[in-house]
Amino acid sequence: MGGWAIAVHGGAGVDPKLPEERQEEARRVLRRCLGVGAAGLRAGLSAVDVVEMVVRELETDPVFNSGRGSVLTQEGTVEMEASIMDGRGRRCGAVSGLTTVKNPVSLARLVMDRSPHSYLAFHGAEDFAREQRVEVVDNSYFITDENVRMLKLAKEANSIVVCEVDAIRLQSPADTCSASSTITDGGLHMNGLPISIYAPETVGCVAVDNGGWCAAATSTGGLMNKMSGRIGDSPLIGSGTYACGACAVSCTGEGEAIIRSTLARDVAALMEYKGLGLQEAVDYALKERLDEGKAGLIAVSRNGEVAYGFNTVGMFRGCATEDGFMDVAIW
Amino acid sequence: MGWAIALHGGAGDIPLSLPAERRTPREAALRHCLDLGVAALKANRPPLDVVELVVRELENSPCFNAGKGSVLTTNGTVEMEACIMDGNTKKCGAVSGLSTVVNAISLARLVMERTPHIYLAFDGAEAFAREQGVETAHSSHFITPENVERLKNAKEARRVQIDYTQSIKGAEVSATGKGESIIQATVARDVAALMEYKGLSLKEAAAYVVERTPKGMFRACATEDGYTEIGIWPSGINGDLEYPNK
Repeated sequence: MGGWAIAVHGGAGVDPKLPEERQEEARRVLRRCLGVGAAGLRAGLSAVDVVEMVVRELETDPVFNSGRGSVLTQEGTVEMEASIMDGRGRRCGAVSGLTTVKNPVSLARLVMDRSPHSYLAFHGAEDFAREQRVEVVDNSYFITDENVRMLKLAKEANSIVVCEVDAIRLQSPADTCSASSTITDGGLHMNGLPISIYAPETVGCVAVDNGGWCAAATSTGGLMNKMSGRIGDSPLIGSGTYACGACAVSCTGEGEAIIRSTLARDVAALMEYKGLGLQEAVDYALKERLDEGKAGLIAVSRNGEVAYGFNTVGMFRGCATEDGFMDVAIW
Repeated sequence: MGWAIALHGGAGDIPLSLPAERRTPREAALRHCLDLGVAALKANRPPLDVVELVVRELENSPCFNAGKGSVLTTNGTVEMEACIMDGNTKKCGAVSGLSTVVNAISLARLVMERTPHIYLAFDGAEAFAREQGVETAHSSHFITPENVERLKNAKEARRVQIDYTQSIKGAEVSATGKGESIIQATVARDVAALMEYKGLSLKEAAAYVVERTPKGMFRACATEDGYTEIGIWPSGINGDLEYPNK
């Protein structure tokens, strides 16, 4: 064992009917971003530099839905969030409620490196972005026609689903056949939305460098049709992102479930306190800690191991290790 | 087994020379809040209700960095945050960036109970507060002369004063101290994780996690068998108050 390793994800919870061209496009982007990360690790860059660089690529590429192409809040705007953690020293940075910042993960890094705090949000984060002179654009840059259309469908789907059930759970009732035909799809739901409308919104990267240091970063546009001001798991250290001496983890899926189960931290805690290996810890956390939640995650260990796990239908993912192994997959 | 309750009013460099006029009101407030909590537990109120009502009292007291008496941002404003968690159901609610809501903890509970989300912040949280009709007040309600003075001193010293209370798992663990250290060490979850995964007792787990014992923490606790304690510094130092069987 030993050596560098890297894993990326583009979200968990994939529509089983996703057209083949979209699948191929996703695989291409994952392969490209993995290549960028692997080249960086080979060249001796630190894990934290590599995860930032790779997540920037994933944010900028329109295929995955963070940055440009982010989903819309119930008001039709974009509110992005991200976090980054350097296992070396367990330093971290996070941002939420960004509306104009082109690369949220880089602003999170600046919070970590250039502010006395770990987490900035909304107006304060936007002010900090301007002080730091990061690239900003108008909120409309992030909004795509596709997502405007999806928001409309999501509102229709929620108005059918919510009336019959406990508002907190937003589980599908058994009978949704009164919904319009675009919405029925075998009953697969994530976060209360039919899988054809729900689009996994999160991207992430974990890496371990030549020095054995691990780092993780996660970035997202959040949840389709969310309330304005809603914060999910991606910017929360310990929930969506975590890195320490032993490992680095980035999660994706139902944000509320990931928060309640402190999923990323639990993988590390299982290794530290229960002595489990990386894959065992990943499997245990997904099985025992999520209750009915649906999520996936990627992880690396200081020993150059990579692991994934997900209890959803599919997770866009890829990994590469120093010995030349590379894999990109969806199902 | 029986019920038990613990509460805190902040940790940090609390000097042993803290003058009586700054110490006594805080101890009295802790005492008052503890009594309320104990009465509610004796009346069989569920733990979630108990932690909410106790934290509301602490927020309403100007002695602590929550609600009324919150410390100020660099702009001289308040931005309050809170969270609550039910150990039974593992449901949770959190809010950040509140500037007008009198009881942030209650809004956090409403996020938990009345939205499909866990965490709302800033404008979105304030809008939700208005939808829910919770009590709001002008900033003058929250800002105390003591904190205006603190901000002035901090700016002169060019330091950032970080001192807040953060309730995480309502019935179980609440961490306080320098926020950034708590975030990176996921302190509250670690106490639970040590018990679950390493089999430590609560006391052992808490001791393991506290990497640097702060110089003091305003705290109070009580158990069903009649033990109560109110204190500031590590037990035994400088006449910490201990109240035997009540």
